[in-house]
Amino acid sequence: MTDTNLNLWVIPVLPLIGAAINGLFGRRFKNGMVSFVALLFTAASFGWAVWAVWSAWPGGSITLPHVETIGTWITAGKFSAPFGFYLDQLSMVMVLVVTGIGFLIHIYSVGYMGHEGGYYRFFSYLNLFMFFMLTLVLANNYLLMFVGWEGVGLASYLLIGFYFLKDSAANAGKKAFIVNRIGDFAFLIGIFLLIQNFGTLNFDGVFNALGDSMKYPVETGSWGLLTVIALCLMVGATGKSAQIPLYVWLPDAMEGPTPVSALIHAATMVTAGIYMIARSNAIFSRAPNALGVVAVIGCLTAIFAATMGMAQTDIKRVLAYSTISQLGFMFMACGVAAYSAGIFHLMTHAFFKALLFLGAGSVIHAIGGEQDMRRMGGLRKKIPWTFAVMTIATIAIAGIPPLAGFFSKDEILAQTFFSEHGSRVLWAVGVITAAITSFYMFRLWYMTFYGEYKPERDLGDAHAAPAAAPGVTADHGHDHNGDHGHGGVHESPWVMLGPLVVLAIGSIVAGWVGMPAFLGGHNRFEHFLGPVMTSHIPAAAENAEGAGPETLREKHGLEAEKSREEWFLAGTSVFAALLGWFFAGLLYKQRPELPDRITAKIHGLYLMVLHKYYVDEGYGLLFVKPLLALSTVVFWKGIDQEVIDGMVNGAGTASKKIGNELRRMQSGNIRSYAAWVAVGGAVVIAYMVWLGVHK
Amino acid sequence: MVPLSWYLTLSAVLFALGIVGFLIKRNIITIFMSIELMLNAVNLSFVAFARYWSEHGLKLALSGHVFVFFVMVVAAAEAAVGLAIIISVFRTRETLNVDRVNLLKL
Repeated sequence: MTDTNLNLWVIPVLPLIGAAINGLFGRRFKNGMVSFVALLFTAASFGWAVWAVWSAWPGGSITLPHVETIGTWITAGKFSAPFGFYLDQLSMVMVLVVTGIGFLIHIYSVGYMGHEGGYYRFFSYLNLFMFFMLTLVLANNYLLMFVGWEGVGLASYLLIGFYFLKDSAANAGKKAFIVNRIGDFAFLIGIFLLIQNFGTLNFDGVFNALGDSMKYPVETGSWGLLTVIALCLMVGATGKSAQIPLYVWLPDAMEGPTPVSALIHAATMVTAGIYMIARSNAIFSRAPNALGVVAVIGCLTAIFAATMGMAQTDIKRVLAYSTISQLGFMFMACGVAAYSAGIFHLMTHAFFKALLFLGAGSVIHAIGGEQDMRRMGGLRKKIPWTFAVMTIATIAIAGIPPLAGFFSKDEILAQTFFSEHGSRVLWAVGVITAAITSFYMFRLWYMTFYGEYKPERDLGDAHAAPAAAPGVTADHGHDHNGDHGHGGVHESPWVMLGPLVVLAIGSIVAGWVGMPAFLGGHNRFEHFLGPVMTSHIPAAAENAEGAGPETLREKHGLEAEKSREEWFLAGTSVFAALLGWFFAGLLYKQRPELPDRITAKIHGLYLMVLHKYYVDEGYGLLFVKPLLALSTVVFWKGIDQEVIDGMVNGAGTASKKIGNELRRMQSGNIRSYAAWVAVGGAVVIAYMVWLGVHK
Repeated sequence: MVPLSWYLTLSAVLFALGIVGFLIKRNIITIFMSIELMLNAVNLSFVAFARYWSEHGLKLALSGHVFVFFVMVVAAAEAAVGLAIIISVFRTRETLNVDRVNLLKL
């Protein structure tokens, strides 16, 4: 198996070294030194990843999946988990996305975080995140993957709470951690079930065992073992990938610095759930019921989050809801067994969403820390570069060809339409979501870059979004730029613009690798991932799982009709995107007074959307408060104070009391001692007599 | 021939008297004498058993006698030490009443 040693372990370990150096000694370093260390190790990791992928490229001398084990980690009875790394087409994509985009965001952070306190801390955490994320995507077993999984959660917690002096940031960090923990619990249960039933957690072992289709048939219409495992894994994924019902942490996570939002909460960490489902496709494909649940959850999340994104006024929160919505798309793709499409969208999304976040960061940087879009406007002349890349990203996410978002989104929608796990309802909801996506993204675009710049605008209206509180300004400490006037708006330095430009190019071209056949492409991306997604599929279902529209088309011999349908689908999604653009333009450029009138008309609905359907409040009422009450009354005041403290204190009090009583024996009166001796002797003699009698 | 049980009964009575004297008397000298009485009660049962066993087949049942000598030696030593302690107590406290010798009380 290990025909060539690629030393895959180096890829994650390099950022770990960077994190260690900066974390331990960074306090004494100058900022330049900190950035040098952080960038050096991230770049080295990226370089190594590129080299490894290059060496292992399919068709070469290395057979995929390429597994490298560098030692045993845990052994317990027959079960053992190695420190092993797994390189196949899927982890190739993930590793390149993580290290590549991670590196760009590191560069950007040098400019963005330049004035912040805790500079070394930031880069140490960021490198630590890279280490865990790479462990996650390179692990060759679920347990090691879980280590990375938890580790990125930790890094996410640390970075969300980076401005830990601010209560909201500290709370957001805790919220992210706790909500993720709920999902992780289910993931753990899934892992335990895997251990119990397969005796191994290695991907090879589990997937090969699943190849026995007599023992593990496709669980159509039944809720068997695989369905339960798949559902457990899925709940884990909903936590990490911010899907209903565990998405609530992601909008709050925007309290972190913007590069963090770009890296962790848009491009990489939140896609871990998608990766995990795609990695486990052998399990999911045998559990159609679980797939259905995944698809419905993804679809609901997509439209739910998109509608919430429409009413947000904080630029980063719009993007946060957009991320949730796009992750919903990926979930939906996985749910219709179109894993390749999901990963494809994951990749393109990583480009344009990182670009959007970094662009938003650039905007925030430019106008001195303001995040509320109502105070922006007219910025396109003042920060032309940022405007240009944001435009590209917006068009990309809206799904307008030939930019990246179009291809991946169209692929997902087409697969949803054609796949036997899909349905037209899901597709229709997807198209509507695409239209809404386009709408809120162009809304953001118009509000930020068009109209009048109004930095002093009074946001006195009662229902200002909670995040737009004045405290936000302190979030990004450009106090030196306190005038907020026109003169203060400045384009970001090149260290920030450079990554933006690279990402913008990526946002344009990344989709071309997956150009579908009906547009003259070969859908290379799907063919590339094909071996991962199809090799473990039972024969009975092979016509559906992982096979794209082409394969379907060949099977059914309806080439012309399929092609026409695909043109129709693509046309529909482009039309939806343009429609969203048109309405956004109408409402926020042509007739800026319209939005207020519309929201006034549907005030109740608007308020509901603005308050995110009161989900946070609902969770608070349903789960948080009862749990708090339960913990306070039962566990703290009841069990802890009464039972446990009672037992401990009781032991003390009891021995004290007993001692106090026994103390009286120690009278100091010799004759009473003698009496005790006599009594003792009498008792012994009586006992012996009794023994003698009973012999 | 006096049966064994008589000796044992006498020994038990003497021992009980010793205990009672030990418990109810306040004077250290009397208590000391009670101890001697108990020791000698035990000695009595030792020799009684020794004789009994020698009459019932055991040719050399001398252990009882030997033990009696041991007890006498220990009792003599104890008397020497005990009387010395008593004298010392009397010198410091000018009383032989044990109820007043209670400094170890909590």
